[in-house]
Amino acid sequence: MTKLLSPNRTMNRRNFLQASAAGALAGVAPGLIGSPAAAQTALTVGFIYVGPKDDYGYNQAHAEGAAVIKKMPGITLVEEENVPETVDVQKTMESMINLDGATLLFPTSFGYFDPHMLAMAAKYPKVQFRHCGGLWTEGKHPMNTGSYFGYIHQGQYLNGITAGYASKTKKIGFVAAKPIPQVLQNINAFLLGARSVDPAITCQVIFTGEWSLAVKEAEATNALIDQGADVVTCHVDSPKVVAETAAGRGAFVCGYHANQSALAKDKYLTGAEWAWGNVYTNFIKAAQGGQKLGNFVRGGLKDGFVKMSPLGSAVSAEARKKFEATLAEAMAGKLSVFKGPLKDNKGNVVITAGKAYAEDAIDLESMAYLVEGVVGSTS
Amino acid sequence: MENGIGLWGVPLAIFAGAIRVSTPFIFVSLGETITERSGRINLGLEGTLVFGAMTAYAVAVLTGSPTLGVLAAMAAGAVFGLIHGWICKFPKVNDIAIGIAMMQFGLGMAFFLGKPFIQPVAPKLPSIPLGGWSSTPQVQAALNINVLFFIGAALALFLFWAFKNTRLGLILRVVGDSTDAARAMGINPDRVRLLATAVGGSLAAIGGAYLSLYYPGSWNEGISSGQGLMAVALVIFARWNPIGCFLAALLFGGAGALGPALQSVGVTQGYYLFYAAPYVLTLIILIMTSSPTRSLAGAPGALSLTK
Repeated sequence: MTKLLSPNRTMNRRNFLQASAAGALAGVAPGLIGSPAAAQTALTVGFIYVGPKDDYGYNQAHAEGAAVIKKMPGITLVEEENVPETVDVQKTMESMINLDGATLLFPTSFGYFDPHMLAMAAKYPKVQFRHCGGLWTEGKHPMNTGSYFGYIHQGQYLNGITAGYASKTKKIGFVAAKPIPQVLQNINAFLLGARSVDPAITCQVIFTGEWSLAVKEAEATNALIDQGADVVTCHVDSPKVVAETAAGRGAFVCGYHANQSALAKDKYLTGAEWAWGNVYTNFIKAAQGGQKLGNFVRGGLKDGFVKMSPLGSAVSAEARKKFEATLAEAMAGKLSVFKGPLKDNKGNVVITAGKAYAEDAIDLESMAYLVEGVVGSTS
Repeated sequence: MENGIGLWGVPLAIFAGAIRVSTPFIFVSLGETITERSGRINLGLEGTLVFGAMTAYAVAVLTGSPTLGVLAAMAAGAVFGLIHGWICKFPKVNDIAIGIAMMQFGLGMAFFLGKPFIQPVAPKLPSIPLGGWSSTPQVQAALNINVLFFIGAALALFLFWAFKNTRLGLILRVVGDSTDAARAMGINPDRVRLLATAVGGSLAAIGGAYLSLYYPGSWNEGISSGQGLMAVALVIFARWNPIGCFLAALLFGGAGALGPALQSVGVTQGYYLFYAAPYVLTLIILIMTSSPTRSLAGAPGALSLTK
């Protein structure tokens, strides 16, 4: 309580309620997870999204996962959309903890982690926080926090295979938000997938600079197609604009985050989708069973973290064969997208001959280059 | 599919971008010109733009008709303008503060009511294919021009003429330049400003309808990202001249297309800098056209900047 009532804290409604309800009451909500009897059955879980949860993209993928656990017995789901990556998300977390009694929170957006989620984790040590992304580091961050993420670049590699067969101009396009490692992995994997079909293919990348910027995404898609790209994919929060614009211009579309086949129709080849339902189910089972939640959770296609959209009608029989063979390889854990010899697009060797990274190689999480064949720059 | 067109892609993208991206700027800035010419500022047009985008999209989804969507957006925009105009007629009300409040109100209402319409796909406004003469698919695509763009261009010319040559234009200018002179002429300035703000809101909402129903043609909360605010600034940049607004909007659209176009031809370093091009351009032109001897030529005299 001394901490709660320290004078330099800003007073908000919740703090006020909590403080004025005296010590006894204030301790109740965060104490829930400590009592195993209650945790077995009843569990309130909070999900926070940075955008609308039906955006055909990143947020929809998480909301679909949340919908899966909502059906599990004893689960009360609280959700909030359009929460900016500012102090707003702290208020949302406090509200979920104090008013709804949430004891497990999933703030799903990249920018929620530092400092917002870390501040809340320090303030509510009995609440569990799991953040989507790769930011949690053992020893550096508290144990009631953690991160989970999927190796979706293998999905982009499979996208690239269908793109490699579909492309007639031998030029494919990528609309990217920001040059962070996860985006760079996807761009590189998309090209490497296409090059596994035809080594002459190049991939043009355009960075928009923001996660969600509808007009710029449309302009970028048009510019790619003007330059001859005939298959387009993206890594932005909502691929809706890219998918619709590209299909409208007659280019093929490979999806991302969620299934956009309803938008691109017969131009949709396949897509790399998140399967967060499995991930969240595992977390909930652990929490309800009174087990410790994982702090560093990762997985790919074979772990059910990532899935592929059903192949579209434009995918040829030949492409289907290679796609399915590669998917089987990935499911067996034998697919290595990044293997030497590999050069970046400035001519430097980034992976030496004979070296192959498994999908979970930690080195990949700090990727800062675009591979040879990608036209674009990280700055 | 087509082959690349190399470096020609840059001027083509600037040209096509000028047409594709400029239309919302044209409508918002023309609407704001009418409002400001009457002596009132409506900073809330960003909210009206987004609310118009939502209304148009929702009505198009529900009725299957994008034209009805545009009409509904116009009606909604007029209501926003009327509310703003009505509140601002009271003495000692600051229209800049009201404008900001109305902007937040418009955004909030649009996000709230637009929730169920993020996922559905609305029918798009048709475009006029003017590129049939060219065998290059890129040129054909660039010349698929939406009818709203031509309406905006015609409206700019009409307003330029009407401000100078019609009775209504004269009334608007008198009210904007001197409230007392207008009263002496037997004109009710409050009523003129109310209607001018309503028309301004209605036009801004058309800009929103263009965003959600044509380009980029999708409704979500981030659809505008500040275009309504930029358009209000364009009015000052264009010195309250409708044709100036039109040209400034084209300039903005074209400069905005520069970043993606340069990346697509391989000029990939420093794209954040290219994305700032529209703003740098604005600064340069403002500095070049500024004068030490006169301030804000063309500004309506009664414009309540200091009320």
